[in-house]
Amino acid sequence: MRGFLLNRLSQSLVLLLIVSIIGFVVLNLIPGGPLAQFGLDPSMTQDDLNRLKEQLGLNRPLWMQYLDWAWRLVQGDWGHSFRDGAPVLDVIGRHLFATLLLMGSSTVIAIAIGTWIGIRGATHRYSIFDYLATVGAMVALSIPTFWFGLVGIYVFSLRLGWLPAGNMYTIGDGSVLNHIHHLILPSIVLALVHVAIWSRYMRTATLDVISQEFVKTARAKGLSERRILMKHVVGNALLPMITLAGMQLPSVLTGALVTETVFTWPGMGRLFLDSLGYSDYPVVMGLLIFSAILVVLCNLIADIAVAIIDPRIRLS
Amino acid sequence: MAARTEAVSGEDAALSVRGLTVDLPKGMERIHAVESISFDLKRGQILCIIGESGSGKSVTANTIMGLLPKLIPVSSGAIHLDGTAIIGAPAKKLRGLRGRVVSMIFQDPLSALNPLMTVGEQITEVLTAHGVGTKASRRKRAIELLTEVGLPDPELMYYQYPFRLSGGQRQRVMIAMALALEPTVLIADEPTTALDVTTQAQILKLIRDIQRRKGMSVMFITHDFGVVAEIADSVVVMEKGRVVEQGSAEQVLKSPTHPYTQRLIAAVPHLTGKNRAVQEKASNETILKVEGLSKTYRSGSALFGSQRIVPAVKDVSFDLAAGRTLGVVGESGSGKSSLGRLLIKLQDSDGGRILFEGRDIAKLSESQFRPLRPRIQMIFQDPFASLNPRSTIGQILTVGPVAHGMPYAQAREEARALLAHVGLDAGAFGRYPHEFSGGQRQRIGIARALMFKPKLLIADEAVSALDVSIQAQILKLLDQIQRETGVSMIFITHDLRVASQICDEIAVMQKGQIVERGPPSQIFLDPQSAYTRELVAAIPGERPRSTPPAAANF
Repeated sequence: MRGFLLNRLSQSLVLLLIVSIIGFVVLNLIPGGPLAQFGLDPSMTQDDLNRLKEQLGLNRPLWMQYLDWAWRLVQGDWGHSFRDGAPVLDVIGRHLFATLLLMGSSTVIAIAIGTWIGIRGATHRYSIFDYLATVGAMVALSIPTFWFGLVGIYVFSLRLGWLPAGNMYTIGDGSVLNHIHHLILPSIVLALVHVAIWSRYMRTATLDVISQEFVKTARAKGLSERRILMKHVVGNALLPMITLAGMQLPSVLTGALVTETVFTWPGMGRLFLDSLGYSDYPVVMGLLIFSAILVVLCNLIADIAVAIIDPRIRLS
Repeated sequence: MAARTEAVSGEDAALSVRGLTVDLPKGMERIHAVESISFDLKRGQILCIIGESGSGKSVTANTIMGLLPKLIPVSSGAIHLDGTAIIGAPAKKLRGLRGRVVSMIFQDPLSALNPLMTVGEQITEVLTAHGVGTKASRRKRAIELLTEVGLPDPELMYYQYPFRLSGGQRQRVMIAMALALEPTVLIADEPTTALDVTTQAQILKLIRDIQRRKGMSVMFITHDFGVVAEIADSVVVMEKGRVVEQGSAEQVLKSPTHPYTQRLIAAVPHLTGKNRAVQEKASNETILKVEGLSKTYRSGSALFGSQRIVPAVKDVSFDLAAGRTLGVVGESGSGKSSLGRLLIKLQDSDGGRILFEGRDIAKLSESQFRPLRPRIQMIFQDPFASLNPRSTIGQILTVGPVAHGMPYAQAREEARALLAHVGLDAGAFGRYPHEFSGGQRQRIGIARALMFKPKLLIADEAVSALDVSIQAQILKLLDQIQRETGVSMIFITHDLRVASQICDEIAVMQKGQIVERGPPSQIFLDPQSAYTRELVAAIPGERPRSTPPAAANF
């Protein structure tokens, strides 16, 4: 187990190095370069631009810029936004809370409902429930999220007036209840696709386990169907799902651009788009590294979780 | 074809089946899975149900357990278990019987235990499900059971996970689980088929001992007449869902009356101590000479100190003359399959030489070896997995030779001729693998290997997945092909009886090494190493027949 962890950690470090190098190079290949936004300002002269370049160290060779940037990053200095001069980590932190709130709640909804639908679809295979779940999943997967968002806003905000149409909270009212009220619609819309994906995978995983011999053994022992399901089927079916969750979780934390835009939610997805539009290189690079770390970390956590549950991995 | 059914009074029979008919879903090859079968399992006896695949023996067992899938319903008949009628009984009542009055053990101990639960949890679960005992008493009982089935260190075993145990140990855990509530009837569905021959002997003895000690009634399903001879008191023979013969073990084994039983018994490979007649085409020319061949598997990472090293093949040497067959026998993990893969260079060896027609192929790179590949061909174990389901038989047979430069028209002609040669009609050329039975697919596999006109055939457990009657046909076919073409063969098998049928010489492998090599007469009649003696002694049904096994119980 220790060897396994060390092995994975060293792999992760190499991966982060490669991702950061590629990101850095590609970003600097974009026409216009890091100071494109400043160039649009008519009051900036070429001399001003050159002075800025000098100040920011942008006139050095690319590899030197990278090494400098990486060295500061390792020390905890992620640089400053070109836009408002705020430290990159602060910028990310400001948006992270909004994303965590939205993504966290929609993920909980998606996993809970998706798991239930998946298991029930497998145990009641080819029943009406199973057919409806299959068709429902196909519909949820084929219709774009923004459409669901717009329909949701039209029905629940415009027509019924039950839920707010956007934003994270009403300005001047930062109460928990107000936050939850704003959260309901976007998190459900966002969960729809994830429920569809999760339930399909869970159904397949459950069917795989149900046909295993040890389930027959459990039946031969005279166990109740309920206990067979809870004790023998679900645990084994969740094993592959943990790995899947490990792959989905990072996308959850890096934000859902479309949903955030539809509901004007101030999350990471919108931050990324805005920063790109503004050629805010430090923030874009920061977000890139941040999501790479998340991907690596979530996969690592999933691997460890599987090892904890599965004695075959834990003990060998 | 009505079967004789002795009338047994209700008290005498622990289990009685009368006129049981179970339907198959529409569109299967026959209407009924089993059709009006009747038999009795007398108290304190072992009843063997024997039949080939598809005979309905497992369906019978599952019906008694109430474990039939909903797709195949019981259409008529009655089953009485310890006096209780179970056909049509409510699900809850059946569940109360399972594990308490009737228990079952299965064929594959590797998949029959939940990998995420400890052995102890899985045993105590039976007691919990039936509301027996307290937490402490259940634990005590589980450890008692683990002791009873002869597992080492029961206290420790209680906390083990199944993956830590060997196949034999897992089957012992299954037996402990089945015995937890001292059921009246134990149903064993091919419980030793997936085990090595020495382990099989131990498990058979354990079942026999426990059955005698507890006066339990056992319904034992098998396809192996050797196993029947070993433990049965009475026998039911099934064919295509019908009972064709039943009676005492001695009666059925010694003087079978039904032609199907006669054929089955005749097809059972028996150990012959006789050496094989020398082939006309055989010469003394050595086609393959192996010197000091070694292979070690390494897994994990050396860098972080979690490496595991398994020596699979250790310093193996032998030679093979043209037109002869060398049998490589051994139990699982003996390295026999690794040896086969090394010889055909599906894997690189770590050391040693493989001299094929005088040339060392061990060191050849993949591209250097490629022109030689057609000359060494392999026949695989699983006739279902070894043929691409999306290719027609014609494509399967011709793709290799065409890749090696044969014009398609010629390959097609040769493929058709070979299909006829291995006993299939030429129409097979355009059909897909799923349209053939296991035995037919193995014939296709043989034809595929022969397309290259090989000098050396390596058959890895080529008949292990087949029923005995098919097995006998395939062995005959291989023998005939060798006589006609003079091809040399390495026949890898775990079954000594099969090896004795077809091999000129046999090499016994244990832990990666050849412990003994000699003609069948030496291996089976005068084994030189202790391990060979142990192997030969463990073969079921091959003891001296001075004491008929059926008489042992009275």
